[in-house]
Amino acid sequence: MTDRLPGFSTLAVHAGAQPDPTTGARATPIYQTTSFVFNDADHAASLFGLQAFGNIYTRIGNPTNAVLEERVAALEGGTAALAVASGHAAQLVVLQQLLKPGDEIIAARKLYGGSINQFTHAFKAFGWNVAWADPDEIESFERAVTPHTKAIFIESIANPAGSITDIEAIAAVARKAGVPLIVDNTLASPYLIKPIDHGADIVVHSLTKFLGGHGNSLGGIIVDAGTFDWSKDNKYPMLSEPRPEYHGIRIQETFGNFAFAIACRVLGLRDLGPALSPFNAFMILTGIETLPLRMQKHCDNAKAVAEFLSTHPAVSAVNYAGLPGDRYNALQRKYAPKGAGAVFTFSLKGGYDAGVNLVSNLKLFSHLANVGDTRSLVIHPASTTHSQLDDAAKVKSGAAPEVVRLSIGIEDKEDLIADLDQALRA
Amino acid sequence: MNHDAYDDNYIRSILNNVKSIAMVGASPVNVRPSYFAFKYLAQRGYDMIPVNPGHVGKELMGKPFVASLADIGRPIDMIDIFRNSSHIMPVVEEALKLSPPPKVIWMQLGARDDAAAEKAEAAGLKVVMNRCPKIEYGRLSSEISWMGVNSRTLSSKRAPIPTQGMRLSLNRTSFGGGQTAASDRAAKNKTETT
Ligand SMILES: Cc1ncc(COP(=O)(O)O)c(C=O)c1O
Repeated sequence: MTDRLPGFSTLAVHAGAQPDPTTGARATPIYQTTSFVFNDADHAASLFGLQAFGNIYTRIGNPTNAVLEERVAALEGGTAALAVASGHAAQLVVLQQLLKPGDEIIAARKLYGGSINQFTHAFKAFGWNVAWADPDEIESFERAVTPHTKAIFIESIANPAGSITDIEAIAAVARKAGVPLIVDNTLASPYLIKPIDHGADIVVHSLTKFLGGHGNSLGGIIVDAGTFDWSKDNKYPMLSEPRPEYHGIRIQETFGNFAFAIACRVLGLRDLGPALSPFNAFMILTGIETLPLRMQKHCDNAKAVAEFLSTHPAVSAVNYAGLPGDRYNALQRKYAPKGAGAVFTFSLKGGYDAGVNLVSNLKLFSHLANVGDTRSLVIHPASTTHSQLDDAAKVKSGAAPEVVRLSIGIEDKEDLIADLDQALRA
Repeated sequence: MNHDAYDDNYIRSILNNVKSIAMVGASPVNVRPSYFAFKYLAQRGYDMIPVNPGHVGKELMGKPFVASLADIGRPIDMIDIFRNSSHIMPVVEEALKLSPPPKVIWMQLGARDDAAAEKAEAAGLKVVMNRCPKIEYGRLSSEISWMGVNSRTLSSKRAPIPTQGMRLSLNRTSFGGGQTAASDRAAKNKTETT
């Protein structure tokens, strides 16, 4: 019998999850424990010295979290993964392995607003600098490369406007610069886009969104593609040099093509501490089992809603890559042929006041600051998340006064359209 | 034999059938990868023999170092070579002079010598290159999944509890042939740049 690659839906249900060795439990148990007993002193020493595989303490690893890690690694086509407390924690842990004070990251200008804040303020305080580039102009990434550049960071489908990034073109820039490409695949999920197939070296997610999918659990994950050679020069000492934390082990030499995931675990998570609760891991795992079903429904509903809005008299513009005339439609057909995701923005002819009114008149859509829930969500960035910016800055960041962002859920699309219609007329 | 992508069943049959392993280039220094692999395989029940002329007179986990394969003085099933690609051929030539010769030549992660592999295969030996037996054992037994590693296997059967001397369970579906698309791409990128 030769090896056979199972389909995406089979992996979404099975990858990483074998029946429990002691009880035979079929669903993945929640190992709600802080720590794990050692067999003997030598076993303990082997585990602490990274010589054996096993569990020590839930800040470093937990069997429930490990199932989630293997499952997402399998869905993304990576060699290994590390689950952490949130999407933001994933970004922190990844960059801690790559950057020293004075180093730089090139990031796409079109990112989740929270990531822009994290890079601009929190990371700057660590001495990690960010150079912004425009994902609609690939040359701007090339121009931003300097001898201090250590990584490039993009979103596959960018929050808030649902624009599609040309991952392969930016991967080529990263390869030429000799740095890894990090792709935040939160809004696409591996059901729509597998960034590793397009040249990503590291994939991160906020599991809080479509992977968990039910708006009930925060989580984040880092997937190692196993593609980057960390030791070819001295640029990444966390992976290539003897680590004093572990008596001189070199992480890449010891762990081969899953070294980056191990570095994130034993140098990042162990020391920075943003561990994922096993309970959240269980909730997210359960969510992932239906990811293919939900994601297709999210996309089909979003397309129907975008089509409806694009002909509505109160609407001046719809940014949805799944619409034929959209500027990202060609990229969508290349990278995400199953659907353009479920997060997008549209503009109201009535400006700021119309945005405020729409949000308060909606009855099914929830007004809140999240995306990727079973429920449909709405936010008016100019009066909420971006209210501290002046008008010019609002426009630049895609949060002009007339812009509304939707995250379309898995309800019946007729009900979503009816709710929007009544709110736009009210 | 396709040395770019091994079927899991090939790796599994090797790890399930060999009992004694001579590790050429084994190190007594407890942060070296060879030490990790030696200790792990010994704990999984393999009869391990450390081979390194620089450490004769010392022991590794209670096993005395020998200077060369010829000094082992009894039949061995597999030779695990912890040396750079450029040092593989002489070890394979030495192995082929043993009587009886070993059944398997295994070259560690990062090590590959296609000419040496061809020579060993022509003599009827099985060859694995650029893999770590510790990682492969951990992957196929699902033990490595505790580290969030993609084992590229699925199973609806109860997982075995790893114990001393345990053998790999065969009731798992394998996919990916010991390779992911990503690592294929990495290998390709590497050959393009060198
Ligand atoms: C694209 C994207 N990346 C990262 C994050 C941050 O994730 P978390 O809230 O889980 O920290 C978010 C959250 O909105 C997001 O939308």
